[in-house]
Amino acid sequence: MARLMEGLWITVWISMLSVGLSVLFGIPFGLLMAAKTRVVAKLMRIYLEFIRVMPILVMLFLFYYSLSRVFGINLSAYFVSVLVFTIWGAAEMADLVRASVTSLPAHQWESGRALGLSSLQVSLFIIVPQAIRRLLPGVINLTTRMIKTTPFVFFINIPDLMKVGQQIVEVAGMRNHLASVWVYGFIFFIYFIICYPISLFSRYLEGRWQ
Amino acid sequence: MSETMIENINLSKQEEEQREKPSLEDRPIVICARDIVKSFGERLILKGISVNVHHGEVLVVIGPSGCGKSTLLRCLNGLEPIDSGEIELDGELLTKPGTNWNLVRQKIGMVFQNYELFPHLNVMDNILLGPIKVQKRKKTEAKQKASAWLERVGLLDRADSYPRELSGGQKQRVAIVRALTMAPEVMLFDEVTASLDPEMVREVLDVMLSLASQGLTMVIVTHEMGFAKAVADKIIFMDEGHIVENAPPDVFFNNPETSRAKKFLNMFEFKGIKKV
Ligand SMILES: Nc1ncnc2c1ncn2[C@@H]1O[C@H](COP(=O)(O)OP(=O)(O)OP(=O)(O)O)[C@@H](O)[C@H]1O
Ligand SMILES: [Mg+2]
Repeated sequence: MARLMEGLWITVWISMLSVGLSVLFGIPFGLLMAAKTRVVAKLMRIYLEFIRVMPILVMLFLFYYSLSRVFGINLSAYFVSVLVFTIWGAAEMADLVRASVTSLPAHQWESGRALGLSSLQVSLFIIVPQAIRRLLPGVINLTTRMIKTTPFVFFINIPDLMKVGQQIVEVAGMRNHLASVWVYGFIFFIYFIICYPISLFSRYLEGRWQ
Repeated sequence: MSETMIENINLSKQEEEQREKPSLEDRPIVICARDIVKSFGERLILKGISVNVHHGEVLVVIGPSGCGKSTLLRCLNGLEPIDSGEIELDGELLTKPGTNWNLVRQKIGMVFQNYELFPHLNVMDNILLGPIKVQKRKKTEAKQKASAWLERVGLLDRADSYPRELSGGQKQRVAIVRALTMAPEVMLFDEVTASLDPEMVREVLDVMLSLASQGLTMVIVTHEMGFAKAVADKIIFMDEGHIVENAPPDVFFNNPETSRAKKFLNMFEFKGIKKV
């Protein structure tokens, strides 16, 4: 049980760190995508599409096994997993930011200017608050998707929730045939406990902010 | 539809005289536009527009769709840069480098066709954003003014509502109050009733009529001909980027000079007959 909690902890911090970094990188990327410059927007688009079709597992393997072999650098499994999740998350985040900024009607900007607000004031008091409201549900959704994807780190030998579960099953399985049902069922339950409130929260926000 | 309804608007005779007769032409000019030319890309939209707006005057701009009415208003408060020509506000040249348009826009209020309230702010905060952030006025003072205006348009009880909880007509009245609370010298209205349901048109036009009778300087773009007739001191008829006619409303509506204006007015007559 205590070991399961340790595994859970690893799952949680890998996903939280990745989400945090994704938001950090995703916002400027998203603003670039929303920018008028066609070339930059196109490049960002290609990056996003590329990341989306690329299975996360393949990326994990690529960075963890292949790169270290080729370049002789030994990246820690934790570093690789956060890196890969951030590459993916930042791309998704950028797309969310782009969508939330471009979906704001142009006359919001205009009516702010017509009141004599400077462009900085319009951004600060009108555009950003609305963009954040539109962004939040998407970010939360991304968070749950990330938590659900973390078990992949299992394959590069990080003792996350799944890995620990498997080890327990291997040991206990000798004595108890139903051990796997209990342990994996419990893990299933833990994921549900974490993700469901998050998605409820996001629905609540969506309802509140229309 | 609302044609007959608006025909009935009766500004009391007294108010009308008060506002109109002490020769408008003698009053100081608030906005003076000379030879404004504006194009979007290759397309020439305004082909040399000259117009004066006198203090206390209500100028109504009409014309077929796409003739450049909105563009003209947007040029007047600098939302669109112009290619050539001059604009003056209170005798001060605006079309020169270094003009602080943010300051100018505090003196030229504008209300648009689409409800452009800020959806994340309630009615009061929508109204106070300009006075507090731009004009740096005291919150209590601004709030007092805002409440007084809201009361006048019958919306004081909606001060805490969010825009999504309001009807189209209510939103437009709030938008008007939001501009008025900045205490502008002149107000620009761009087809503020065009996207409203018919039954809400009147409540917004009534607010504008009462502002007119109070002597507020206004430039109004509208497709409501009955309203135009009732509220205007001067009608400007635009077509294809030119001012084709510039006349008092009775002259323009009863005796339009040009065939283009006649044709345009006939379009409304025809519309009126069909609906009856
Ligand atoms: N930002 C823009 N970029 C390019 N063309 C524009 C832009 N804004 C307006 N136009 C064009 O300029 C012309 C005049 O537009 P404007 O909105 O001033 O017409 P309007 O007289 O207000 O018409 P309506 O009665 O339909 O509102 C139209 O043909 C329109 O397509
Ligand atoms: Mg228009």
